[in-house]
Formats: sequence, C-alpha cells, structure tokens
Amino acid sequence: MLSCSVDSVFVHKMWNDHELSKMINRDIPFAMLSDQDGYIGKLYGIYDEDSGVETRGRFIIDPDGIIQGFEVLTPPVGRNVKESFRQIQAFQLVRASEGTEATPSGWRPGKQTLKPGPDLVGKVWEVWKVSEAFED
Amino acid sequence: MPEEFKPGCQRPAIKRPSLETESTDQITVKEAKSSMVKVGKPAPDFTASAYLAGKFVNVSLSEFKGKWVLLCFYPGDFTFV
Repeated sequence: MLSCSVDSVFVHKMWNDHELSKMINRDIPFAMLSDQDGYIGKLYGIYDEDSGVETRGRFIIDPDGIIQGFEVLTPPVGRNVKESFRQIQAFQLVRASEGTEATPSGWRPGKQTLKPGPDLVGKVWEVWKVSEAFED
Repeated sequence: MPEEFKPGCQRPAIKRPSLETESTDQITVKEAKSSMVKVGKPAPDFTASAYLAGKFVNVSLSEFKGKWVLLCFYPGDFTFV
C-alpha cells in the first residue's frame, strides 16, 4: 500500500501524528508519498492542473509491475476499500490459476469462478445466475 | 528497503531522473506523459520522498516488484473524505 498527495513529508507526519494515528490507535503502516509538483500524478494521468491536487486515483499493480486496474473519483466522494481488496483477491486468484479461471460479476472469495473455454461458450447461463452479481 | 534521509530546513529535493539533464527534450517528454495510463501496461516507475513510521525515506515503485501494490492518490492531507 502506498498513498500519495502533493503535501510535503512534514505535513504527512503532522497528519499521521495529530489525526490519522488517533483514528486507528497506531501509526500509518505504509509509506505516505510526497508528490509536490504533481509529477507522479501526471505520470498516472490523475493530477488536476486547475486545482493543483491529485484526484482520487487508485491503481492495482501486480508483482510484475503491470497495472491491472484503476479507479478515479473527484475529491468529494470517498472510495470503497473493501472493493479494492476484493479486486486484488480476484486478480490474485486469476494469476494463481495462470489464466485458466476468471471471476464473474459479484465474485468474492469462496464463490464460484468460471473456466473460460470452448465448453463454456453459450453455457454461462447454466452455471452462473444474475442474482450472484447483486449478493453481498 | 526504503532509504532514510535527514531533511534540512527546506523541503526535500525532488528526486527524479529527468531533472539531471535540462534539455527541452526532457520537458517535452514530461508533458507527453501527462495522460491516463492503460490497464495491462507497465506502471510508470517513480521515486518520491515519503513519511513512513517515524522516518523520512525515499521510496521507488520498483522496490515493490514481486508484491501487489495498491497506489492511492488523494487531494490533500487534513481533508475530510
């Protein structure tokens, strides 16, 4: 986990010490990156030149350094952390299966995966139900 | 492991390769890179100063090869969401 904003490392320390550590009763356990001129944000395409801040961009990067997914929100709406974890778990499963399994809509750990191949063409309706996409 | 540094009175200098040469080519490259990344493509590498567990350190994305990384940008410290 890496977090990144245009704030200096000194402000990161103050935010950790005076607010965040009080929310979780410990220090933030990951590196809080400082991107003072938005260089990293520009690299990833989420820096807002008009306001001079990063938008809420979230990137999942695999062990080979490949971007597997991202989500970008404007500042007023927060992210769903559980959804980020769910996506990482899904990507980990697919990677471990070496591409033989895929996770359908609504998948979470423990639920059925799909094994794409000739036998599954036109048969998804038999093994997967729409209601599974809406389950918690 | 991230390399610790002792900051002076100024904000830590920004560490990146493109600052070592001051050609207009570098500036052009920097501006050209300001577009959305693509899934399935390599994540752009970077080195940044960071605060981690009581220390100021330099962190490179490349240090995390072999691990899953969740990289989260946000508008600013002490904001509300």
